[in-house]
Amino acid sequence: MSDKIPVTVLTGYLGAGKTTLLNRILSEPHGKKYAVIVNEFGEIGIDNDLVVGADEEVFEMNNGCICCTVRGDLIRILEGLMRRKGKFDAIIVETTGLADPAPVAQTFFVDQDVQDVAKLDAVVTVADAKWLSARLKDAPEAKNQIAFADVIIINKTDLVTPEELREVEARIRGINPYAKLHHAVKSNVPLDAVLGKNAFDLDRILEIEPAFLEAGDDHDHDHAHGHDHHHHDHECGPDCGHDHHHHGHDHHHHDHGHSHGGLKVYHDEHMQSLSLTIDGEVDPNKFMPWVNDLVQREGPSILRSKGILALKGENKRFVFQGVHMILDGDLQREWKPEEKRVSRIVFIGRDLKEDEIREGFMKCAA
Amino acid sequence: MSEASLAQHVTNLEAGDTIVATAFLGRTPVYALADGTIMFAGIGEEKRVKAHEDGAILVAVSDGKRIFTGGDDGLLIATDAEGRSETIAHEKGKWIDALTLRDDGAMAWSAGKQVRARDAKGVVKDFAAPSAVRGLCFLPKGYRLAIAHYNGASLWFPNAGDPAFYEWKGSHLDVTVSPDGRFLVTSMQENMLHGWRLADGKHMRMSGYPAKTRSFSWSPDGKWLATSGADACVVWPFETKDGPMGRGPRECGVRPRRVSRVAFHPSNMVLAIGYEDGWVLLVRLTDASEIFVRGERESNDAVTALAWDAQGKRLAFGTKEGKAGVLDLPA
Repeated sequence: MSDKIPVTVLTGYLGAGKTTLLNRILSEPHGKKYAVIVNEFGEIGIDNDLVVGADEEVFEMNNGCICCTVRGDLIRILEGLMRRKGKFDAIIVETTGLADPAPVAQTFFVDQDVQDVAKLDAVVTVADAKWLSARLKDAPEAKNQIAFADVIIINKTDLVTPEELREVEARIRGINPYAKLHHAVKSNVPLDAVLGKNAFDLDRILEIEPAFLEAGDDHDHDHAHGHDHHHHDHECGPDCGHDHHHHGHDHHHHDHGHSHGGLKVYHDEHMQSLSLTIDGEVDPNKFMPWVNDLVQREGPSILRSKGILALKGENKRFVFQGVHMILDGDLQREWKPEEKRVSRIVFIGRDLKEDEIREGFMKCAA
Repeated sequence: MSEASLAQHVTNLEAGDTIVATAFLGRTPVYALADGTIMFAGIGEEKRVKAHEDGAILVAVSDGKRIFTGGDDGLLIATDAEGRSETIAHEKGKWIDALTLRDDGAMAWSAGKQVRARDAKGVVKDFAAPSAVRGLCFLPKGYRLAIAHYNGASLWFPNAGDPAFYEWKGSHLDVTVSPDGRFLVTSMQENMLHGWRLADGKHMRMSGYPAKTRSFSWSPDGKWLATSGADACVVWPFETKDGPMGRGPRECGVRPRRVSRVAFHPSNMVLAIGYEDGWVLLVRLTDASEIFVRGERESNDAVTALAWDAQGKRLAFGTKEGKAGVLDLPA
C-alpha cells in the first residue's frame, strides 16, 4: 500500500543537535504536518502540534530470535496515532542520545500492525563534529548510531578546523561508508537530505556504492536563511538525479595516508563494513540458505546488511536488506542489457568474521 | 456458508470516522468515533456530541448508562444518553491508553505506566506499573484490578497496596478475567494468549493465531472465551478446573478473512463475529449454524466495534472507515 505513513528515525549522541534539527524540520515552510514522537526527557521544547512522549520501552520478541528487540511503546503509539490518520503526513521518532537504533528499526519489520500502517523511511544520525571522535572511543551507543545510519549529519562544523572535520569524516567512513554525509551548522541541512529518503524501500536499492562523494562541503555555508542548497551542486545527494559519483570536492584528493577513492579512512577496531562482490551470478539454492544461516548465527553482530544479486536463471535483480537477524528481500527490476550481472553484498557490523563470510559468499557463485 | 440472512433488519449509518467502540445507553446505540465525537443513533434522530474537543478517542467503554472515553488529550470523559459530558480525569500531556469499568460505578484507567483506580465514591488510588500498561480489567469479586504490562500482569487491590505479579516474558496487551474469577488471560504481542490459573499461578499458552487477539468475549455462562485474531472465531473452553489446559479450542465462523471483533450474546450461546473485511455473522455455538448480518465482497473495512444491548435484541457495529449500523433481531 502506498498510503503507509513514512517514519524517520532521528538518532545521535547526547548534545549532537537532534532536537535542533527536529525543530528546524518542523519550522520550515514545507506545508506538511508531522507527528513527532520524542523521549520524555528532552531538554529543548518541540514546536509542533502533535508531539507524543515515548518511554523507549524495549522488549525482546518471544520468537527465538535473541537480538529481535522491538520498541513496545512505539507499537502502542503508532496504533494510537492512527486515530488521527489523515491529519499528518509523516512521523519523526527522536530517540534518546543513548538509544540503540536497532529496536526502533526492527519494530517496523516485526510488528504486522505497524507494517500495515507505517514504513521506515530512514535512520538519520546527527553527529557532533567536535566530540564524535571522542565518543566513538568511549561510547558504544555513538558507534552503533553511526554504523546504523542511512544519513549522517556532521553538525557544528563551525566549531572545528577543516582538518578536524576531515578526521571525523574519516572515522565515520571507517565505520559506515554507505551513509550519506552532510555537513551542518546548527543542524542546518535541507529537508530533503533528511526526509523522504526511502532508505528501506527495496525498490530504491539502486546501487551499493560508498557514499564518499556526496556531501563534501567544507565551506561554512549558512543555510539558516533558507536558500536552496541545490545551488551548490557539490553537495548533492545521490537522489538528486545527476551523476554525483564524479563531482567530489578537490580537497578530497589531497588527503594523505590510508585512503579509499581519494578519501582518508580510519578503520575502527571493532565496527566495520564488509563489501563482497562476485563477478557474476550466484546460485540461489546456495545463497539463500547461506545468508539466512549467516544472519541467524551472526545477527547480533551484523547491524545492517544490503545486497544486489544476479541469481542464476533469473532476469530480475534480487535485492535484500536487513537489520540484525531480520532480512527483507525481493526480486526487483530486470537487469538492463548494458548492466553487468554482478552480485554484491555489504555488511556493517561489530567484529565481523570477514574471512568466514567472504569464503561462504564466494561458495555461492553459480 | 448459511443462506440465512438478517440483512434486511440492519439499519446503516454513516459515522464518518473510525468507530473505536459502540454501546447501548438504554435503547440508544452510541458510537465513539476516533475524532473525539460521540454519535447517538436514536430512532428518527441522530445526534453528535464532541466529547473530546481537541483529541482523538483511544479507548471507550460503557456501563449501559454512560459511555466513558479516554483520549490522546489525556481526558477521561463520561457522556450520558442526553449527550451531557463530564470530565472524570485529566492526565495532562499523556494519553489514556486503557480504561475499564466495574458494575458498582468504580473505574480504572492508565496513562503510560500510571494506573489509577477510582471507586464508586470517587476516591482515586494510584499505582505505577513496572512498564507501560496496555490492558485493564476488574476482577469479578472484590475491588481488584488486573493490569497487563511487559513481562506479565499484576493484580492490584487499590485499597491494599502492593500488587501480586504474574510473570510471563513478553509484551502483554489486553487482559480479561473469567467471570468465575479463576483465570487471568492476556493477549500478547506474539499472536498468542497467555493464561494463569489464579489459584496456583499455573500457566496456559493459547497459540496458533496468525494475528494479535484484540477482542475477547466471555459466554453468558462464563464457560467459554471467544477471541479474535484468526480466520475463525477461536473459542476456548474454561468450564473445567483446568480451563483450556490440554484441550483444543472450538472454531466457528470460519471464513477466508480474519476475525477482528467478537461479542457473545448476553443470554444465549450465540456469538456476533466481526471480520477484517467488514462482515458480521451470528453463530450459534450449539449447532454452529451461521446467519449473515452484513458484508460486501472484497472490502478491507474492518469491523472495529460490536456490542449487544442488555436484552440481546439489538446488535450495534462499527467499522474502521466509519460505517455504523444496528441489527434489530426479529421477534
